Amino acid sequence: MLTGMSIPPTTDPAGRAAIHVRGLEKSFKQLTVLRGVDIDVARGSIFALLGSNGAGKTTLVKILSTLLKADAGSAEVNGLDVASQAAEVRASISLTGQFAAVDEILTGRENLILVARLRHLKGPGAIADDLLRRFSLTDAGARRVATYSGGMRRRLDIAMSLIGDPPVIFLDEPTTGLDPEARLEVWRAVRELARGGTTVLLTTQYLDEAEQLADRIAILHDGRILVNGTLDELKRLLPPAKVEYVEKQPTLEDVFLTLVGTAKSGEQR
Amino acid sequence: MNRHFLGDTTVLLGRSLRHIARSPDTIITTVITPIAMLLLFVYVLGGAIQAGTGEYVNYLLPGILIITIASGISYTAYRLFLDLQGGIFERFQSMPIARSAVLWAHVLTSLVANLISLVVVLLVALAMGFRSGAGVLGWLAVAGILVLFTLALTWLAVIPGLTASSVDGASAFAYPLIFLPFVSSAFVPTASMPGPVRAFAENQPVTSIVNTLRALFTEQPVGTGIWTALAWCVGLLVVAVTFAGITYRRRIG
Repeated sequence: MLTGMSIPPTTDPAGRAAIHVRGLEKSFKQLTVLRGVDIDVARGSIFALLGSNGAGKTTLVKILSTLLKADAGSAEVNGLDVASQAAEVRASISLTGQFAAVDEILTGRENLILVARLRHLKGPGAIADDLLRRFSLTDAGARRVATYSGGMRRRLDIAMSLIGDPPVIFLDEPTTGLDPEARLEVWRAVRELARGGTTVLLTTQYLDEAEQLADRIAILHDGRILVNGTLDELKRLLPPAKVEYVEKQPTLEDVFLTLVGTAKSGEQR
Repeated sequence: MNRHFLGDTTVLLGRSLRHIARSPDTIITTVITPIAMLLLFVYVLGGAIQAGTGEYVNYLLPGILIITIASGISYTAYRLFLDLQGGIFERFQSMPIARSAVLWAHVLTSLVANLISLVVVLLVALAMGFRSGAGVLGWLAVAGILVLFTLALTWLAVIPGLTASSVDGASAFAYPLIFLPFVSSAFVPTASMPGPVRAFAENQPVTSIVNTLRALFTEQPVGTGIWTALAWCVGLLVVAVTFAGITYRRRIG
């Protein structure tokens, strides 16, 4: 079967990686969620953790962001041990959870200022204004988040995670529940992050999302990493592609996006 | 980590106070029941209640203040539950902040909101003829006891806030607390109650607290009752903080 078809990581050796995980195990009472997970994520890369619901993606992210303790194994983030140096780990990460963790009653700008203050940064107002601009939320900045669309909330959520420039960012299913336009907006934001040198670990259940964004992809299934490699390496795991001639039909997504016009229409809701 | 405790608590307190400022209905719903009871007992039932010589509103107010606190603290459980459910709690926990600041901010918010509610109820009582000859020290003592009692009940409310599985569950826990004053000296003297009820009423926290507040308002000697009242408040506070702390540590792993 697929198990054991691991591809040796081409990234830097253990210890230099932004995220270094060995033999991680976690159970909740009777339920075993992680059964020995190993991953390495190179600095400045986008790493996608692909898996269906219940595969253990969120549990792994929660352990790496110090919200849960592992039963066995070790995990280092930014060279810091998540169990013994939890406080230091928290200073070098940001977590964007599965549901947009924003304050609905505050305005977008106030949300950003809140996080900037909690990260003990100088000039929180200027930081907020800069991020509102980068995420095309300037016009909505003074409005309460309760009035935002799903895409705007997600953008604000990700913007909040960038405050303080943490070297490692975890995005847990960043596009689940978003419409196609909002997904593209989030993808754009993630790519921009990696360009700036941030290491991104994202979990997703969408194959195309991993394909579009990730430098490396690992498939987590039933608490184990089945395969781990670049998209090309993963594709080579299966027999070479047959050459077929097929008429290229536009996908429904192409039709949808052409009709509604992706350009900048997402901002004005 | 703890060097940020005060700063982080202040920032998070500012956040929750903004919630209250933007949804003043949390204050209105807190004071509406106590004010309704005040009106009902003074203008409808009060004429038939034998509770000493003075105006009944003077006898009644201390118990009404306790009911105000009991109904106000359920919002702590409610707000805490919403933070947990919305994921913002996890965001805070994954940030380099003093972790206990998250709880303290909610507790201090409850204190501020309850003090506002208490002032509103007090103003209504004044309009209804409540009068007290208590001096500055007497009022300070009243404020001190009310603050202690609010803190104790708020920390108690933190527990359902952290453990409830629904919004209703988080806030429903306050209902029995609201009825505790009924079986106390809050509305009628305990001497009028049958044996077992009287025994319960005289040995539960509300009676000693209400009696002490009443004595302070009417400039009567508080006697040893004030120590019983303080012991209840402090004891309740210590137990509540301990269990809330255990629940919190379990919750954040």
